[in-house]
Amino acid sequence: METVISSLPVLLLGAVKTLQITAISVFFGCILGLIAGLSRLSRNRVLSFLAVCYVDFFRGTPLLVQIVIVYFGIPQILKDVQSQLVQAYGITPVFENIPIFFAAVIACSLNSGAYIAEIFRAGVQSIEKGQMEAARSLGMTHGQAMRYVILPQAFKRVIPPLGNEFIAMLKDTSLLSVIGFEELFRRGQLIVGATYKAFQIYLTVAFIYLIMVILISRLVDYLERRLKTGD
Amino acid sequence: MLRTIKVILIMLVVLALALGVAGCGGQQTKDTKDSKQTSAQAGGGQQPAGKQKILVASDTTYAPFEFQDPNTGKYVGFDMELIQAIAEVNNWDYEIRSMNFDGIVPALQSASVDLAISAITITEKRKEQVNFSLPYYQSGQCVAVKASNNTIKGFDDLAGKKIGVQIATTGADEARKIPGAKITDYNTINEAFMALKNSNVDAVVNDYPVTFYFIQQGNKDVKIVGDLRTSEFYGIAVPKSKPDILEKVNSALKTLKENGKYAEIYKKWFDKEPPDFLPGEPPAN
Repeated sequence: METVISSLPVLLLGAVKTLQITAISVFFGCILGLIAGLSRLSRNRVLSFLAVCYVDFFRGTPLLVQIVIVYFGIPQILKDVQSQLVQAYGITPVFENIPIFFAAVIACSLNSGAYIAEIFRAGVQSIEKGQMEAARSLGMTHGQAMRYVILPQAFKRVIPPLGNEFIAMLKDTSLLSVIGFEELFRRGQLIVGATYKAFQIYLTVAFIYLIMVILISRLVDYLERRLKTGD
Repeated sequence: MLRTIKVILIMLVVLALALGVAGCGGQQTKDTKDSKQTSAQAGGGQQPAGKQKILVASDTTYAPFEFQDPNTGKYVGFDMELIQAIAEVNNWDYEIRSMNFDGIVPALQSASVDLAISAITITEKRKEQVNFSLPYYQSGQCVAVKASNNTIKGFDDLAGKKIGVQIATTGADEARKIPGAKITDYNTINEAFMALKNSNVDAVVNDYPVTFYFIQQGNKDVKIVGDLRTSEFYGIAVPKSKPDILEKVNSALKTLKENGKYAEIYKKWFDKEPPDFLPGEPPAN
């Protein structure tokens, strides 16, 4: 029990890091997801094909593998390319390494973006066809109809699954422990490594995750209700 | 509002229950100690029928002590041959359970494995949790940097630098004593080496023979700098609840020392004769 109490400050700092990385990743994921989701719906074949590739790859491979690739794999390739460029054209080398925080954000954002792309696509497609037809018959262009009629309605429907994605990402960031990123779970591991109190510490870690997830899901519920009043 | 209160109440109850269990955890291990012993003795009665089955924990990513042969998928290395020899002496049927290094001591505490051989340094802190056999290898911590790095020349130059270590190792403890250093703990030492090659860390603090072996395996872009910082001894770790196994390990180590098998294995992996006292307590001086 004393170990739990004395390690709480360290764990809570880890929880802040977890929330941080989740918020940043889901934020970038939303941008990526909006682009990819709309590209999938676009009539431009090349664009929609690229979006499908992106979504399939990042939904079809485990986040753990993506994290390891970004942190351990890509730097090696970039360095090889760089050394060839240096030899061939005498360019001064610029790439040194990927800081762990960036690697974490890149891996999580790309993964999150793929899921959010599907959420946005489903949101847009869930708006009745009549809305688009009505907007177009008012003289709006396709783009205007999207921007002023379809997307605002879609966003409202997208809130609950986005909340789910946020919660899923929050839990999945524990995978970042493999590259030594000191989020909540990693800090728990480090404390266990030093004190050998596995059960108590991991249980505390679990409860901190639980509290964060419950608070967030309440917040999403609240947002959902507030937006519903507009219907 | 009522629902929120309800949810919070339920959570508090679950939390209280779980903490209660956690609180009892410490005492429980003490209680089960005795019952485990008796059950081991009871199990001992059946043993003449077949070989005793021993579960061995090891972090099998630590060449040359324990690693997986990429061609055969078998676990090989100095520790692996030593435990095989010990098992032969004791007529044990053993099975290697590969796990992360930081999971080994907890696994021993819960006695879910019978012993662990994994280049584990004997430390006072670990002694509080598990029992150790006679020392069977003398090791020390060294600093590895990139071959192109000329600014770090040993432990003294590490202040304020980024250091990669393996989680829960003595190398990690040693690195944490360095003022201002930014430590990253990796699950396996190989990830720390990869991070060094990718320049994510400036240096890796780790057991000398492992770092040496890593460089020998064709990683010439890494080099060892400075002298060894510590003198450490590896021991085979056994749960405190299994003194009979500890006894058998120690007597087997003595047998292997006498019949020359230990020296043979040592020579095979480290290409030199073992110090006189190994396996056994080092001469006090």
